[in-house]
Amino acid sequence: MAKKQSSAAAASVKQNRALEVWKQFRRNKGAMVGLVILILLILIAIFADVIWDYEQDIIATNSKARLISPCAEHPFGTDNFGRDMLARIGYGTRYSLIIGFSSVVIGLLVGVPVGAASGYIGGKFDTILMRFVDTFTIIPSLLMTIILVSIMGTSMINLIIALSISAIPVFTRITRASVMVTRNNDYIESARAIGAPTTTILLKHVLPNCFSPILVQATLRVGTAIISAAGLSYIGLGVPLPTPEWGALLSASKSFLTRAQHMCLFPGLAIMITVMVINLVGDGLRDALDPKLKR
Amino acid sequence: MLKYVLKRILMIIPVVIAVSLIVFFIMDFVPTDAAVTALGDGASDEQLEEYREAHGLNDPLLVRYVRYMAGVLRRDLGTSYANNMPVWDLFFKKFPTTLMLAASSVLVTVILSLPLGIIAAVKENTLVDTAASTLSFVGLAMPNFWLGLLLIILFSVKLGWLPSTGAASWKSFILPAFTCGTGNMAALTRTTRSAMLDVLKQDYLRTARSKGVSERRIIMKHALKNAQIPIVTMIGIQVSTLIGGAVLTERVFALPGVGSFLVDSILKSDFEVVTGFIIMLAIFVSVVLLIVDIVYAFLDPRIKAQYSKS
Repeated sequence: MAKKQSSAAAASVKQNRALEVWKQFRRNKGAMVGLVILILLILIAIFADVIWDYEQDIIATNSKARLISPCAEHPFGTDNFGRDMLARIGYGTRYSLIIGFSSVVIGLLVGVPVGAASGYIGGKFDTILMRFVDTFTIIPSLLMTIILVSIMGTSMINLIIALSISAIPVFTRITRASVMVTRNNDYIESARAIGAPTTTILLKHVLPNCFSPILVQATLRVGTAIISAAGLSYIGLGVPLPTPEWGALLSASKSFLTRAQHMCLFPGLAIMITVMVINLVGDGLRDALDPKLKR
Repeated sequence: MLKYVLKRILMIIPVVIAVSLIVFFIMDFVPTDAAVTALGDGASDEQLEEYREAHGLNDPLLVRYVRYMAGVLRRDLGTSYANNMPVWDLFFKKFPTTLMLAASSVLVTVILSLPLGIIAAVKENTLVDTAASTLSFVGLAMPNFWLGLLLIILFSVKLGWLPSTGAASWKSFILPAFTCGTGNMAALTRTTRSAMLDVLKQDYLRTARSKGVSERRIIMKHALKNAQIPIVTMIGIQVSTLIGGAVLTERVFALPGVGSFLVDSILKSDFEVVTGFIIMLAIFVSVVLLIVDIVYAFLDPRIKAQYSKS
């Protein structure tokens, strides 16, 4: 009975905390604008198949409508195959968001447990593991991604895996750092004293208290992943054409810089705006979760 | 101090060993056959087998690794399968372009970011500060290679002032340097601003002011001097990523540098070049980080004292 009550109390504390964070977040105008646009982009990504017909609007070519500048019928103009750029960019939202979010989630699934173990156990285990992680950071992450993709072959899945592998060191480091701070708190000491098993301590007491920095970093990494993915597609190692991934669209635009600048302008703007709104949400989360960090 | 530097130089060795092991391991997973890359698809099975034997490709991974690393000590990184040139020579043929790009980009970043960051900190919460953070915010979200394409459209296509590709003269480096340089601006401006803000709030500056030291002197001499460490750290990180990571900018502007050659080699499955280039890049990145550590000592006598103790 008493246990039930205390867990109900704990749940309501958690709820209050979430409500408080949301209140803080809502006060931040930039973050709210970011959130609204982000939700809109996610909706476009989910319903892309409903809004556009993949075969007809995205892939089918039309030699009569090649390289048309932005006009009423084609607000973003058309590409060198006469395809509507607005439809292609809109449909492309799907790829960028899937790549960005899933690579970060996979990176988290690996990086957080490794970092938590390293920070909590400490000692030689920590030293050796961190040296290992460091060697991965010596190779610039974009290069690492390029090498991994080239070995696994170009496809969207491989691109996601490669991006998540290069994100792992970041999450390992940040989790380790916050676990090291948290593990020395008195309540962890008392949990250990009453004989709670290590995994329970880590999962129930340590990690929830490291949640904020990890969540904030994860949000910001989504933006980085989207930019890297576009970069890889630009050099032909990402999502292959005719898939309307934004980086691939930019790559296609390069041969038409003198004649059709709109082909280059709009996909880039799409990437920039998406990353910007994700960063806005990330900054807002940071300020709401930890007012101390506020600039 | 000298002891510290020597110790740090020795610490580069395990890093190089670790990186080379990782690269070697990864390359072992590659399904491509080096013999096929070298001899072409037309080669017979006997020819391929002969090539593999002659080049020791049939030996176990560790044997090949030790042999390779022994070669590295003799400045031998193997031979490119694709164009039959020593990888060592290829690297140093491409490296000056990359170095030039890195140097000019850092110059652009420093010239733009330092004043902006300082002014933003001194005039905290004014219009200038807001403008600086907005600029950083946009900069962080902008894909670098897209900025490069936009610069080509404006300065090469529309205005015709600057070349868009190649490395024929110093003019060819202006657009790439601005592409990379402004890309790094956001980070350095933010670092400078926050480092300066930390320092500006300290008591010794109030003392200096009360003694009647001019505001200009306070900022440039007293404050900046103590804000140097995070700024130098950031510049060091940027130089090291530029050396290995300016791949996209090199591609956009068709600059014949290390990064762009590396991508070409990856696409051509010329893995002898890939392995050698990455090991060389790891060495240079480590050297840059070492230089940053040494620069600390010159900037801050406290760090120098610490180095001397260790």
